[in-house]
Amino acid sequence: MNKSKTAMGLMTLTLMASLFAGCSSNNNANNEPAATTGNAGTSTEATTAPTDAAKDIKGDITVITQRTDIVDTVFKDYAAKFNEKYPDVKVNFEALATYEDQIKIRMSTKDYGDVLLLPTSVAIKDLPDFFEPLGKISDLEQQYTGLEERTVDGISYGIPITVNFSGVIYNKQVFKDAGITEVPRTIDQFMAALQSIKDKTKAVPLYTNYAAGWTLTQWEADLATVAGDRDYVNIGQVASDDNFVKGQPHYDLYKVLFDAAQKGLIEEDPTTTDWESSKADLANGKIGTMMLGSWAIGQIKGLATNPDDIGFMPFPTNASKILVPLSDDYNLGVSIHSKNKEAARAWVDWFINESGYPTTEGGGMSPVKGAELPEILKQFDGTDVTFDTLAPAKAGEEGWVDAIDKEAEIGLWQPDFKKVIIEAAIGNRKESYDDIMRDLNDKWKAARAKITAQ
Amino acid sequence: MFKLSDMSYKNQRILIILLFSLVPIVLLFTFAYLPVIKMFQYSFTNWNGLSKTMEYVGFDNYKTIFTKPEYFAVFKVSLYYFFATFVQMGLALYFATILSFNVRMKNLFKGILFFPTLLNGVAIGFIFLFFFKPDGTLDTILQMIGLESLQQKWLLNPKLINISLAGASLWRYMGMNFIIFLGAISSIGKDIYEASDIDGANRWHQFRHIILPSIRRILQLNLILAVSGAIGVFEIPYVMTGGSNGSGTFVIQTVDLAFKYSKLGLASAMAVVLLGIVLIVTVLQRVLIKEEA
Repeated sequence: MNKSKTAMGLMTLTLMASLFAGCSSNNNANNEPAATTGNAGTSTEATTAPTDAAKDIKGDITVITQRTDIVDTVFKDYAAKFNEKYPDVKVNFEALATYEDQIKIRMSTKDYGDVLLLPTSVAIKDLPDFFEPLGKISDLEQQYTGLEERTVDGISYGIPITVNFSGVIYNKQVFKDAGITEVPRTIDQFMAALQSIKDKTKAVPLYTNYAAGWTLTQWEADLATVAGDRDYVNIGQVASDDNFVKGQPHYDLYKVLFDAAQKGLIEEDPTTTDWESSKADLANGKIGTMMLGSWAIGQIKGLATNPDDIGFMPFPTNASKILVPLSDDYNLGVSIHSKNKEAARAWVDWFINESGYPTTEGGGMSPVKGAELPEILKQFDGTDVTFDTLAPAKAGEEGWVDAIDKEAEIGLWQPDFKKVIIEAAIGNRKESYDDIMRDLNDKWKAARAKITAQ
Repeated sequence: MFKLSDMSYKNQRILIILLFSLVPIVLLFTFAYLPVIKMFQYSFTNWNGLSKTMEYVGFDNYKTIFTKPEYFAVFKVSLYYFFATFVQMGLALYFATILSFNVRMKNLFKGILFFPTLLNGVAIGFIFLFFFKPDGTLDTILQMIGLESLQQKWLLNPKLINISLAGASLWRYMGMNFIIFLGAISSIGKDIYEASDIDGANRWHQFRHIILPSIRRILQLNLILAVSGAIGVFEIPYVMTGGSNGSGTFVIQTVDLAFKYSKLGLASAMAVVLLGIVLIVTVLQRVLIKEEA
């Protein structure tokens, strides 16, 4: 009896011990990065006396990136170069495959790295809760473009890692084979070009990438081109109850998609498209055009046997002036919970200004003012094509487009209604294009009333 | 000093029982009850999933769900999966019965039938995406056996898409039903079959009068699981089509609301409604089946 009691007692003890052991080892694992960060900061103090401000900055920082493809190669080189200037900062990288989804969940904790990209799904007004202010926009503006998108009350929380321009990426050889000599400028010319690609070549005139979904959201970036007005997106749209009515930019923009789908100018079966192979198909002349951003050009050229075949043109428009909107890629910011904010800030500045990422890996334009235009845009020098950023929202109306969009469940930057348009165009749905637009407009109107009343 | 042996045997027993149950209860609470409690809490707010602030909006979210018909319209899609359920159970029962008798290469077939259950749902989604592609596996097979005329755009045609997806779902979940049936059938004593053999019963008689009555309870259980499964369909349509082209289900809609439109409050309310529906259906089934038995 006594023996069994001790045995039981032992078992209980082991159980409890293992419980606590389990907990404590977990805690250790969690605390480790934080602890080492602190240590590294102090242990390097004894090294050579710092000569300038850069050398004063010390510590470990974790940089979270969406570029799983180059995190172990290019980013390692960046870190090495960064260390030449800031020898006492240790940079660790973490790459997330589905960046937006994963970082959002991590941001509900305090552990989301030191330097990270500002998720686009975070409401603009909530940014100050998560990110360190980088400075007043009035000061930073002297140095960078594209800051407006992530600015709250005059304070900027992020700097764009690259500035994209959006439009049509096309295969010049396909255009030549179809007998198109001049790059189409208006919507009618563009539709005619698509038709002749269908008639004269074997290529798919316009590849929608319906199945991937997110690729359809690239259309929305061309809204400013259709409007021909840099004020439209953030100011004009918010001020209007008739956002999707005939004659408005949104109506014209998606009419291109609808008409192309209805006339059979898109891929045969949109439901089974494949983004990865579509890039190669465009590169090698099996696809005529795709609506994408500048970030895709490098990827597609990389797959082409003749990279010079890949061209960029502005989205067709009936507006008098052709405006190619420049818009932010992800913005880079510093976590409010970072323990080495100085080092983190140093990385942000270095990455934007000196790493070369914005133009090389980012594939767009540098957000640094006065930076040179990328090679592919040189052709537009001296034409009536202008490149410009979108005008920021009026004071007090920041983030309204986003707020109305979410309230209405329209999804300007979601694939849903674009998919509906394609489905309707190929006859899978009963709605006409006007029905879809009317429905969207009703939603917009109701949500706008609600948001503007607040 | 505190010694366990100083306590009475009864108290020791209580202490140990408590300590041992602590672990599962803590796990159960943290990963099952706490999220549900939170979900109920969120369903009364307009939280966007990340903000530090959330406003209590009372029953507004529920009002929205019950006044807008489009939130419930998607349940029509569940009907396809509901009907597929019966085919699935029929096939599972059929295979389970056959394989419970002496068949050549019995274990191989068992393995083949159970295999899909082991695969990850996302992988299955991708496999079937390829399967249904134009000139994909299905079309190739049809061509091989001379049925080119049946070739279709399986995911493009709005009349076929849900049937195609329900078919994939059937393939995925049949193994589970099958293995449960097989287990139940194996628990029937060999002597009963022998006795029926002597009485001159054939296989059909044995199935009708021995197997079916013996596994009745399991049949009911599988039915309940299958029906609540049909209401909560998610992964196959989500991976394969993302709910487009009329294949969206209630759960896909909930996920979209929460993560595309940052309406976590409303999505939580929808999850609560779904939970309610599943509970009602389950209770209803139990009551109806009990009366019958």
